[in-house]
Amino acid sequence: MLPQRPPRRAVRDSLLRALVLSSTLLAASLIFLMLAFVAGEAQPALGARGLGEFLTSASWHPTDASAPEFGLLAMLAATGATALGALLIAGPLGVATGLFGALIAPQAWARLQRMLIELLAGIPSVVYGLWGLVVLVPLIGAGTRSGQGLLAASLVLALMILPTVALSTEAALQAVPRELLRGGAALGLGPIARARRIALPAARSGIVAGFVLAIGRAIGETMAVLMVAGNIVAWPEGLREPLRTMTANIALEMGYATSAHRSALFVVGLVLMMAVIALVALAALVRGRASSVQEARA
Amino acid sequence: MSARSLEGQKPSERIATGVLWTVSALVCCVLLWILGDLVVRGAGVLSPEFLTEAPRDAGRAGGVGSLIISTLWIVALAVLIALPLGFFTAVLLADHRATRLARFVRGCLDVLNAVPSIVFGLFGSGFFCVTLGLGYSILAGGLTLACMILPILIRTIEEALRAVPSDLALAAAALGISRWTRLWRVVAPAALPAIAVGVVLGVGRALSETAALIFTSGYVTRYPEGWLDSGRALSVHIYDLAMNIPGADQRAYGSALVLIGLLLIINTSVRLAARRFSARMAP
Repeated sequence: MLPQRPPRRAVRDSLLRALVLSSTLLAASLIFLMLAFVAGEAQPALGARGLGEFLTSASWHPTDASAPEFGLLAMLAATGATALGALLIAGPLGVATGLFGALIAPQAWARLQRMLIELLAGIPSVVYGLWGLVVLVPLIGAGTRSGQGLLAASLVLALMILPTVALSTEAALQAVPRELLRGGAALGLGPIARARRIALPAARSGIVAGFVLAIGRAIGETMAVLMVAGNIVAWPEGLREPLRTMTANIALEMGYATSAHRSALFVVGLVLMMAVIALVALAALVRGRASSVQEARA
Repeated sequence: MSARSLEGQKPSERIATGVLWTVSALVCCVLLWILGDLVVRGAGVLSPEFLTEAPRDAGRAGGVGSLIISTLWIVALAVLIALPLGFFTAVLLADHRATRLARFVRGCLDVLNAVPSIVFGLFGSGFFCVTLGLGYSILAGGLTLACMILPILIRTIEEALRAVPSDLALAAAALGISRWTRLWRVVAPAALPAIAVGVVLGVGRALSETAALIFTSGYVTRYPEGWLDSGRALSVHIYDLAMNIPGADQRAYGSALVLIGLLLIINTSVRLAARRFSARMAP
């Protein structure tokens, strides 16, 4: 009996090591698998037309029998416009809310506010879309016409990214060393002046990183935008004019797309992945600079 | 305290404080508006039949019973697939905090975490449904969601493992206990409540997901007969009712209430179970 024990133990430990290593490799390779697969499926359309046509033309007529056209420009602009609109609304509101919760509000209110914001973050995007469609769109349209369009999409998106901005602002502000704030108080600065002159500059990179993540979420959001944006391929021209984002385009056409059209949808997916990779790299850069600044200070 | 400090403040301070209070109150009001709207419009539809029957007449009649079952199947599969993979990956990341391998893996997972859900849907419908030949099925939906929730599972489990006091693991190592036993008997039980929080986050993301499921698990509304059957998720149902079925808004709201109810039930039960289990296992 006794001599058997050490080997069994060694077997278990090497089994563990193998499990750990193989899981890690699989998890890490998943993103490459996805990229390769999406790029592979996009290849026929890219090879036939080149990325140039996708990124320079604005006319999207994928099912035209004689001369289908695959221009992404209008949808790229729509994605950019809705994300920017959402950020313009949620950015100031989110920073103000996070600042209030972290530095100014009485503790009970700060806790209530955080609870509500976390709840907001947990609501499924399709429920936001439903609320936007049933409540917000008629309000924007005000009886005369459909309210589906840029404004509705930006407002719903703003609600969805507000938690990201507010919670990351709050976390970044709470990480500011307390002695800095006490120093400000000793110099006679009021709470607002302390927040504006000391806390916000010290927390800037954390807040910016939160913004970048929020943009990523806004670009990637599909259902809520799909339900309130009107979904006509067009340049974003007015607040109440309908438009179609890249994500919505995939969701709308994936069900029936075949051959070249299907491949073109994978090109859209590939463009989205590239945008997201760039944003993640940017957020990492901002955060990396923040931590190196802090290290230098310490 | 606030009243006294306000007295001595400059007008600009007082105005700014007022603005911040207004913004915060506004944000909280909008939230309560959304939640109240959901309850007011959705509560009227809820009934025992709504929770057990399959939809009839494209969702205008009947209930969401079959969709609850499909949804639970999809989410359960996603967690069953992603949890072991995520757990072992997290074990490596928690052990190697700053090695080059760990940094690389974390970078990959950060990117994966940021990929839009519709792209997961695109990938899943191409890879799992077509290339692997699973078709529109609960299994394909579960696999797609497993990929999607993997990063958040790994991150929270890694944090959970790291938060275990190192003297526990060190004491176990000093007693000559093998890595295997140390992991299963010492570290994992101590980390369990925090791991459960990670699972809850993953389940929440999976339950809420729509875009990744439309083209992977499909939109068949009857009770699913197996995991290769297509099954419509609740979130897909809400989308379909709101967009494609005129006059079904109230039923969409009812389904949304059911979905949020499911989220809350799973959330509290997993947390409670993990706390009880870990209390029993604690040394």
